[in-house]
Amino acid sequence: MAKSKKEMPELNGAGMSDISFLLLSFFLMTSNMDQTSGLQRRLPAMPPENQEKTPENEVKRRNVFQVRINQWDAVFAGGSPMDLSMLREEVKSFILNPTNDPNKSEKIEQDIKGLGKFPVSEAVISLQNDRGTGYEVYIKVQNEIVAAYNEIREDFSRAQFNGRSFESLTEEEQDIVRDVFPQRISEAEPKDISAANTRRRR
Amino acid sequence: MAKIKKDTKRKVAGYSSASMSDIVFMLLFFFMVTTSMRQHEVMVTVRLPEASEATKLERKDLTSYIYIGTPVRAQQAQYGTDARIQLNDSYKTVDDIRDFIASQREQMNEYDRQFMTVSLKIDSDVRMGIVTDVKQELRRTSALKIMYSARKLDKSGGM
Repeated sequence: MAKSKKEMPELNGAGMSDISFLLLSFFLMTSNMDQTSGLQRRLPAMPPENQEKTPENEVKRRNVFQVRINQWDAVFAGGSPMDLSMLREEVKSFILNPTNDPNKSEKIEQDIKGLGKFPVSEAVISLQNDRGTGYEVYIKVQNEIVAAYNEIREDFSRAQFNGRSFESLTEEEQDIVRDVFPQRISEAEPKDISAANTRRRR
Repeated sequence: MAKIKKDTKRKVAGYSSASMSDIVFMLLFFFMVTTSMRQHEVMVTVRLPEASEATKLERKDLTSYIYIGTPVRAQQAQYGTDARIQLNDSYKTVDDIRDFIASQREQMNEYDRQFMTVSLKIDSDVRMGIVTDVKQELRRTSALKIMYSARKLDKSGGM
């Protein structure tokens, strides 16, 4: 053929970037980068109306660590006022109870899958608040309690699994640690200060 | 003196903008992947509390949101400044939570219902009274998995 000189027309790519900029700005505007993070909790199921107080669902007094926040956002732990910065250590020593103090939580030997017998603490952290308590303080206290549990688990994991941190363990190993230190945080029934005398314990 | 010869034929080399679109497309894909569309028009101001132990939420699609806080400024003339509950796109009361949870459950398939999480986005300045009412109502509707939304705080910086 004679028309060997004819070239392919060049494609003008300038408009493409306009279109993609338009799309880009759309996604920039509509996106929100915030990841949903927070403290996960499981609420207790509503008890049946006619539930009797039986010895089984009554927790022994020494195993309950009461944390109370009153309407002026003051924190009381185990009956005495406590600074928020002290709470974590206090909760840890209550759960671990290294000296086997009869006022702190008791340990009961349990058979844990994959580990064998281990004295598991029966501790329950009971969190009580008033209707006037500020949400910010409430979350701070919750955070401290979770932090106490996390630190205990971390320490145990490092002692048990050759210095590996809790996060680096496999799923099964994490379950073992969770079984040894189960997170028992009870968010007590709401109560007003005026109704303090008639409160029930769950 | 040598005469500077003007080269009339010489042109400025045109630059190719073809690769610009490549870069922009790369950015575009990044934002498309990381983005999550805003589901609700938030009508209450929510300043989340901070927590160092906050964990990430795994299944966003199985999460329902309950917002509690003071109405935004534009709505304050009508609704005042008391803390209010927002479900979907309007202010609701505690009694509406039952229906809200039921309708959210309805949208999920049978298997996923047990993993449903209710994310409570609550302003730091809210008093616990209204939060407790919501929690009691959630217990009654047996939506027991909840999450107190909080901003993740750096562990070293936290208290």
